Amino acid sequence: MDLFEYQARDLFAKHGVPVLAGEVIDTPEAAREATERLGGKSVVKAQVKVGGRGKAGGVKLAATPDEAVARATDILGMDIKGHTVHKVMIAETAPEILEEYYVSYLLDRTNRTFLAMASVQGGMDIEEVAEKTPEALAKVPVDSNEGVTIEKARQIVAQAKFPEAVAEKVAEVMVTLWDTFVAEDALLVEVNPLAKVASGDILALDGKVSLDANADFRQPEHEALEDKDAANPLEAAAKAKGLNYVKLDGEVGIIGNGAGLVMSTLDVVAYAGEAHNNVKPANFLDIGGGASAEVMANGLEIILGDPDVKSVFVNVFGGITACDEVANGIVQALALLKSKGEEVTKPLVVRLDGNNAELGRKILSDANHPLVQRVDTMDGAADKAAELAAAK
Amino acid sequence: MAIFLNKDSKVIVQGMTGATGMKHTKLMLGDGTNIVGGVNPRKAGTEVDFDGTSVPVFGSVKEAMEKTGANVSVLFVPPAFSKAAVVEAIDAEIPLAVVITEGIAVHDSAAFWAYAKAKGNKTRIIGPNCPGLITPGQSNAGIIPGDITKPGRIGLVSKSGTLTYQMMYELRDIGFSSAVGIGGDPVIGTTHIDALEAFEADPDTDLIVMIGEIGGDAEERAADYIKANVTKPVVGYVAGFTAPEGKTMGHAGAIVSGSSGTAQAKKEALEAAGVKVGKTPTETAKLARAILNG
Repeated sequence: MDLFEYQARDLFAKHGVPVLAGEVIDTPEAAREATERLGGKSVVKAQVKVGGRGKAGGVKLAATPDEAVARATDILGMDIKGHTVHKVMIAETAPEILEEYYVSYLLDRTNRTFLAMASVQGGMDIEEVAEKTPEALAKVPVDSNEGVTIEKARQIVAQAKFPEAVAEKVAEVMVTLWDTFVAEDALLVEVNPLAKVASGDILALDGKVSLDANADFRQPEHEALEDKDAANPLEAAAKAKGLNYVKLDGEVGIIGNGAGLVMSTLDVVAYAGEAHNNVKPANFLDIGGGASAEVMANGLEIILGDPDVKSVFVNVFGGITACDEVANGIVQALALLKSKGEEVTKPLVVRLDGNNAELGRKILSDANHPLVQRVDTMDGAADKAAELAAAK
Repeated sequence: MAIFLNKDSKVIVQGMTGATGMKHTKLMLGDGTNIVGGVNPRKAGTEVDFDGTSVPVFGSVKEAMEKTGANVSVLFVPPAFSKAAVVEAIDAEIPLAVVITEGIAVHDSAAFWAYAKAKGNKTRIIGPNCPGLITPGQSNAGIIPGDITKPGRIGLVSKSGTLTYQMMYELRDIGFSSAVGIGGDPVIGTTHIDALEAFEADPDTDLIVMIGEIGGDAEERAADYIKANVTKPVVGYVAGFTAPEGKTMGHAGAIVSGSSGTAQAKKEALEAAGVKVGKTPTETAKLARAILNG
């Protein structure tokens, strides 16, 4: 989960990374009091999970509380690269900035370790720095079990060739930033820019944090950081039912078991769609192992509730999952939806293979539901589902 | 021969006495796996009956190894306790630890991987978030259904469980030497490259099927490895062409970040290494069949 800047700021503050004061608001009028609390001037910063907001006009100085209201009025509701601004951070104005640096910790998947990255060329897109002047970006592996001590931090800072005057202060920030990374189960903590200001202090002026959802069991506070407003309503509904669902922009609803098979199903449907008016998958939905009737009903309810969906492809390879249970699930789900008064009008194409496939297929054939078609190969079923979606 | 697992493998199960552990221990026994014990410190000294086969429970991996000669551990330990369980397996220096558990925090898997490395990689880790591995007709360490296919001459390595099953099913008439599910997490122990190296060296494997998916650069690195080191034919499949950028697709590691980790890049890298890549699982199976039938 990627966080907003203000959430990253709060986590940095919690773990001792030096940041400026700031608070998040969602109405223009609230900018006045927030700015007053900061002594009468502020920076109004759009909160969007996308880079380049400064260039897009999403960061403005306000010299008075009235100006802050005006700037917040401009920025709230603004569209930045497809992201609507719902919140702004009213931040303390930074003292005069003398230098801008870059520091981060992230997971290095390739080497299966954590990585510290640091550069004295901060304040710009770090991918650009990495590409144009790779020598200016120090990359130092960090052993998960050794962590970042002050000695390790000094080594990182030295490798990035920070000026001597700030080296020790930056090293101290690197230690607190590591504390943030570990304590919050983050996949990324990034400060850009890390600024040297006129007083000689080092401040984290902007940052990114991405958290590991697998660690939610020991991070009870992370749930509150979720951006529930931005979630697609179907995704939110699926999440509430414990389903692994991602909304896409096509017409063929997809239900399958196992992440790899479902990803593959999306591709096979898109491939089949090339011959059928270019229809595409409408979603990713993995019902996982042991798909019960209830899980199937929940999944079908979400997918049939998507107005973009014109046909549904249920693609199951029964490994541990038994196909007869899946077939019963489909039949019961349709009955359940009917009993709830939800009229099902979209055709379903079902492909069952593997564990108890014959039994599952027989259950579907016996049920003889007018909207359910059995196709017994994955490619054939994808083609049928695409054809039905294109015909609607 | 096969890779990593054979009829002589002596398997213990960490987390055997939990519901998932019980269910799959029974299935593994049914597939002929030589399961010599379970591990649960609170139930040490007891025995668990699986349809007439009595399996002793030991207090630790070390004890189980000393008393049974176990050389493989399969872990069905819940995510919160997985790191400690894998560390225990590493400390006991068991040669192979198969971590089935899904949902382990990355800081935990990075920690046990770093620990394994610091200890000299005496324990091969497969997973986490994987279906395990099977050598059909000999032994099954994990949750891959044992009845999909028969012994044969194809080696399979895959990030995905259900795509493993699909591919084993498509090529069930030819059969498999071993099939290894390496898992869909961002940090995994055994990689595509490790499995490719083992299959290349395995006299019972004539052709390798490699299944990848979006996220990371493991497939690209495997492609480089194939080009330089693999003489046997390799057929590939990559899932996730239609996955949008920035969205996690079920597996924690299945995410396209910016322009990196795309299915297209992986397919191109594999093809550049001479690997035939199928558009669908069925087409991939056809490519494998065509090569084997000459």
